[in-house]
Amino acid sequence: MSELIKFVEKEYQEARAKFPSFKSGDTVNVHVKIREGNKERIQQFQGTVIQRKNAGTNGETFTVRKVSNSVGVERIFPILSPNLEKIELVRKGRVRRARLYYLRGRQGKAARIKELV
Amino acid sequence: MTSIYSADGQNVACTVVEAGPCVITQVKDEATDGYRAVQLAYGEKKEKHTTRALAGHFAKANTTPKKKVVEFRDFRVEFEGGVSIGNIIKAGEVFIEGDFVDAIGTSKGKGFQGVVKRHGFAGVGEATHGQHNRLRAPGSIGACSFPSRVFKGQRMAGRTGGRRVKMVNLRILKIYPEQNLMLVSGSIPGAKNSYVILEK
Repeated sequence: MSELIKFVEKEYQEARAKFPSFKSGDTVNVHVKIREGNKERIQQFQGTVIQRKNAGTNGETFTVRKVSNSVGVERIFPILSPNLEKIELVRKGRVRRARLYYLRGRQGKAARIKELV
Repeated sequence: MTSIYSADGQNVACTVVEAGPCVITQVKDEATDGYRAVQLAYGEKKEKHTTRALAGHFAKANTTPKKKVVEFRDFRVEFEGGVSIGNIIKAGEVFIEGDFVDAIGTSKGKGFQGVVKRHGFAGVGEATHGQHNRLRAPGSIGACSFPSRVFKGQRMAGRTGGRRVKMVNLRILKIYPEQNLMLVSGSIPGAKNSYVILEK
């Protein structure tokens, strides 16, 4: 990456430090600020991290998957977004790949991830 | 290119531009040249790669040889110091955050390309129903016995890219005055580390 881009991105990288380090396979609880008119409230979204994309850049995102009312829901969060209030690391998972797309085709017991001890 | 976040959480794509320091090497006015313009020079160059003529030109402005020399017409004096030969212009003095600028650069060369990439033709549209290996073909290039020739300017395949391209109305998102850096929204024509002209 160019030195100039590194220089510009440097000041945004500090926002990363307030979150715990997490990988794909981990279960996280993401607190997102939501604006409704003038009011601002916090919404929580808990699920499994199935990928982290564009790591190390300003455009880094992570995808959280959860099953809600037996419907799979995935949300993509930019990790440097000012709308992210907090990320809680709930559980560390043991997985063997970085992109857990195989979870999409699985349900119930088959979609479990072993806990990392 | 990179991206930054605005206060309301929008992720905005932007390009980092090093704008300056530029040296004023010549000021043209109506009396001597018939029009008003300012000539700016940017980028260090070795003395042995400079022609005698240019070396003399730079010596007049009391500066070292520069790589790029560009003329700007009807330059407005909006920074302290004013326009006179030898003055140094920096990004923070000319541009303000929130301004709109035009960026002129040489687009990336793409070699010999077909009409779909070069002119945005739609191609044939179907791979089946009797079409054979003509998916991205241009189709008809004119009529028959009249005019029995192809009109000039008919868009065809050929060398693509590598031309002067202007992107208009790009917003300046941020300026770093000490580093002479600017963040300009969106993309800018040309490869990384190539030269662009910014006009306000």
